[in-house]
Amino acid sequence: MFRPSSATKVARPFRAKLRRSFATVQDPPVRHYGGLKDQDRIFTNAYCRHDHGLKGAQARGDWHRTKDIILKGDSWIIQTIKDSGLRGRGGAGFPSGLKWSFMNKPGWEKDPRPRYLVVNADEGEPGTCKDREILRGDPHKLIEGCLVAGRAMNATAAYIYIRGEFFQEASHVQQAINEAYAAGLLGKDACGSGYAFDVYLHRGAGAYICGEETALIESLEGKQGKPRLKPPFPADVGLFGCPTTVANVETVAVAPTICRRGAPWFASFGRERNQGTKLFCISGHVNNPCVVEEEMSIPLKELIERHCGGVRGGWDNLLGIIPGGSSVPVLPIKKCEEVLMDYDSLKDAQSGLGTGAVIVMDKSTDIVKAIARFAHFYKHESCGQCTPCREGTTWMMNMMDRFVEGRGHQREIDMLLELTKQVEGRTICALGDAAAWPIQGLMRHFRPEVEKRIAAFRAEHGPVLFGGRLNSQTDPTLAIPDNLGANLPEVEAPAQQ
Amino acid sequence: MLAARLARAIARPLPQCRRISSTPCRRSDALFMHRDTPYNNPKIAFEFSSENLKRAQEIIAHYPPQYKKAAVIPLLDLAQRQNKGWTSISVMNYVAKLLEMPPMRVYEVATFYTMFNREPIGENFVQVCTTTPCMLRGSYEILDTVCQHLGGIKPGETTKDGKFTVIEVECQGACSNAPMLVVNDDFYEDLTSATTKKVLDAFTKGEKPKPGPQSGRHTSENSAGLTALASKPYGPGEFCTEEFR
Repeated sequence: MFRPSSATKVARPFRAKLRRSFATVQDPPVRHYGGLKDQDRIFTNAYCRHDHGLKGAQARGDWHRTKDIILKGDSWIIQTIKDSGLRGRGGAGFPSGLKWSFMNKPGWEKDPRPRYLVVNADEGEPGTCKDREILRGDPHKLIEGCLVAGRAMNATAAYIYIRGEFFQEASHVQQAINEAYAAGLLGKDACGSGYAFDVYLHRGAGAYICGEETALIESLEGKQGKPRLKPPFPADVGLFGCPTTVANVETVAVAPTICRRGAPWFASFGRERNQGTKLFCISGHVNNPCVVEEEMSIPLKELIERHCGGVRGGWDNLLGIIPGGSSVPVLPIKKCEEVLMDYDSLKDAQSGLGTGAVIVMDKSTDIVKAIARFAHFYKHESCGQCTPCREGTTWMMNMMDRFVEGRGHQREIDMLLELTKQVEGRTICALGDAAAWPIQGLMRHFRPEVEKRIAAFRAEHGPVLFGGRLNSQTDPTLAIPDNLGANLPEVEAPAQQ
Repeated sequence: MLAARLARAIARPLPQCRRISSTPCRRSDALFMHRDTPYNNPKIAFEFSSENLKRAQEIIAHYPPQYKKAAVIPLLDLAQRQNKGWTSISVMNYVAKLLEMPPMRVYEVATFYTMFNREPIGENFVQVCTTTPCMLRGSYEILDTVCQHLGGIKPGETTKDGKFTVIEVECQGACSNAPMLVVNDDFYEDLTSATTKKVLDAFTKGEKPKPGPQSGRHTSENSAGLTALASKPYGPGEFCTEEFR
């Protein structure tokens, strides 16, 4: 018999249970990323606290049964890398296993040409200093990685292109190469596996553009570092006209550890499609800037609070963060709270992971000046091959310099944005895009700041023509071209609601 | 006959015409042209020392024999080191001859890359990074300190005694250790005005201060105490899959 009052007699916790519906679906546990343990860190000597030589490296597990990895063969290594979900750590985030497999096209054995692996150690992106720690602390991880990655793509030799400024780092790598040759780990019979493999070090001479894949190849061939048109892709015609694959230091250096510890281990970190661990380098206005290896998909805020002692003056003092090196757009504080440090989350936030170089700016920063300094950088580093980039970077720099003090016309903001759109995607390499994006990011999130400066300058000095000349300085007896905005009707800004 | 023609040419009055006025031509950071000067002309001989020649042959052997020219950047660097830190026209010509490539191809390379100085530099080459990550941590103050401390020179100039050349450079890749400067090949990081002066003073005395962070931290770890890699690193075979134990 049903008695409605019986429910009241049931004990309290029991009652709560009764109210639950019949559905058996449980909420999936919310996974929290970050907090990598030391035992899962790949670069165990990132801080150079131990011996970087062969003995120290072997004590930390490098060159451990490398022969067995080599003997497993190319398809096993490539499949392992594919399963691990490793994506290129140089900025573009292309799946590494797939990229390496391009070298082994059907019938590659019949091609008599030598085949090369080129390691891109030309780390020059402002904010990025992760490869440096690998090169000076764990050079043997890189050399071993060259051998493993080289075996995967059946390469005959590897060239490590290191930027010229890294002198100490280059000497550590050279020492590691020499030690590896002396111990029989490289050469005609690498690690006793019967596979012949050479590693050479090549020092660059100070050009940011040589970090671009094809420019790096050109530079390695002893020419000016001017990017090549693709196709043909380097996997078909690359260094010295031979099949070549260019890969970032970090990508190559993690390969042996992934092979040894298994793809599922590496894939267990981070979100789907963004698996693995990554070196993040945090600079700018944090209490303790540092380079640290963390799990992918760690929340940006947690990364800064856990490893860098927080933003200078507290989180609320934050103005914006550039999450991936100079060429990605800046994020305002609101977005910084919610983004995860991985390729997809940052892409959704209209920025990018880039190289994992986090540049933090607090409220004391002159954000326009900071971005204008990037414009200077890109102007300096543009190779001058494509007209939109060569002229555009200079133009962007000039306009940004004027906006720092507000010397411009309100309409010029849109002109600058239009200019960045004209540069973006119209050049051989991505330097044009990289120059355009920081400015687009600035205008997307900090446009009121720029407008405020323009208004303040105008209030003090009177109307400004397009191009920065003051209206008061023009000679009224001379004809002024009509397109300088001298005779535009004054339009009030819409009132703030 | 020649003299007569010459005299006629001189006697002819200069044409009176108005020139088209133009804006001054703006140079790039450095002059890309070469003009013979007493200290930099093709007649000044340059040759590798026997030790460097051996190293050069070693470097050339890294590249396929038909691509000897790939060694141009390392060789120019080697030659620049031998030539007191700058690349003169004879250095470029010598490298071109050694690598059997047209001299023009070497000039192209030497003008493209910023690490080749085509004018003489001082004994110590001070390069202050001022790109944004360093700028945020106050690198312009460091640059001012350096310039002031070396007797009020400007970036790009050499001190009168020829001991220091100061330039402003783009990102050097030590952003977590900003602000930083490079003297010759060594990075001096985590600078303040006081430590900058200390570093420069040591170089003035002919000493070489210890490169790396000047704040007391070791490399790029968290300066308030390690947040990672504090434990002993794991050994060979640990945590590996069954077959790689």
